Amino acid sequence: MSRPVFAEERCKGCMLCASVCPQKILAISSRYNPQGYLVAEVSGDKPCTACASCALICPDCAISIVRSRKEGK
Amino acid sequence: MNATPSLPGLVEGEELIFSPPRSLTPVPTHYCPGCHHGVAHRLVAELLDEMGLQEKTALISSIGCSVFSYNYFEVDALEAPHGRAPAVATGLKRARPDCFVFTYQGDGDLASIGLAEIMHAANRGDKISIVFVNNTVYGMTGGQMAPTTLLGQKTTTTPMGRISEDCGYPMRMAEIISGLDGTVYSARGALNDAKNIRQAKKMIRRAFEAQSTNSGLGFVELLAGCPTNWHMDALSSNKRIGTELIPVFPLGVFKDNGFAESGKGGGK
Ligand SMILES: Cc1ncc(C[n+]2csc(CCOP(=O)(O)OP(=O)(O)O)c2C)c(N)n1
Ligand code: SF4
Ligand code: SF4
Repeated sequence: MSRPVFAEERCKGCMLCASVCPQKILAISSRYNPQGYLVAEVSGDKPCTACASCALICPDCAISIVRSRKEGK
Repeated sequence: MNATPSLPGLVEGEELIFSPPRSLTPVPTHYCPGCHHGVAHRLVAELLDEMGLQEKTALISSIGCSVFSYNYFEVDALEAPHGRAPAVATGLKRARPDCFVFTYQGDGDLASIGLAEIMHAANRGDKISIVFVNNTVYGMTGGQMAPTTLLGQKTTTTPMGRISEDCGYPMRMAEIISGLDGTVYSARGALNDAKNIRQAKKMIRRAFEAQSTNSGLGFVELLAGCPTNWHMDALSSNKRIGTELIPVFPLGVFKDNGFAESGKGGGK
């Protein structure tokens, strides 16, 4: 399954990623990282399209994108 | 050095299409949430990777919130006194012309205390690259007015908003630097949305190619958000760049002398 992978220790919960996700599947979690920020996570049933918009806008390079070749996308 | 990036948990039929560049040190940064120094860092590091420059790069870091940039780029670095990065870069480049030398400076650093150094480096056409992050304030020291502060913008030193009678006008550095004969490339991009981030990366590439093709000084200004000193959240700060900054600081290429594009390997 295509998906964003979060490096939670780098995330600062700014939520810019959620604002650009066309599938609207990113949200704030209830987990704090060691720097004291609430981190972003995937929540929602729609599939990630591996568009990488979130990774491009993230100021903290906290997102890597895995694309599934099987989905043909 | 060119190992394909991987991730634990990848299974057959999956590929990693976006991951942190090698030239970026894999540590959390001290920047505020939504600060665009992080975006500028990533774009620069991606280009050092793509242009094969990492091994021979020397970063000249400056004074401002990006003072610790030497901790975040996986390259050799020298810390310059406030505003003096172009002078330090000139010395290093002349002593070691085989090195790829770039400065990373804020608007307080470059356009205020360091104005003489950048003007003369550009006028001499020293073969260095300048990454200039314009967030319209002195971020590190608590949000004082910079030469780039917009008219009407409230800062700690212009609590009623900047007025031209007292403080002059926002200074357009990319245009000013483009007017000097030693500059071979000068452009302004912005880091507030996907389209502008992609365009900004192309501009940084050209500012780097100005040096890697041994042509002259390459300058790129990046309009950047400082949510903390703009007293906004990250999203509003990105929006402000579109609604308030870009009308005053137009995006575009102000000079490109047409030097060659360099492929992988980064030229000389
Ligand atoms: C010679 C000297 N004068 C003044 C200072 C105080 N100082 C530190 S950072 C800074 C301004 C930084 O602003 P900018 O370059 O815009 O970078 P930002 O923090 O916004 O990224 C100033 C005036 C200093 N460190 N050294
Ligand atoms: S954009 Fe990056 S730092 Fe901001 S919440 Fe998303 S993953 Fe975290
Ligand atoms: S004060 Fe502004 S420039 Fe400095 S780290 Fe925070 S957001 Fe970035």
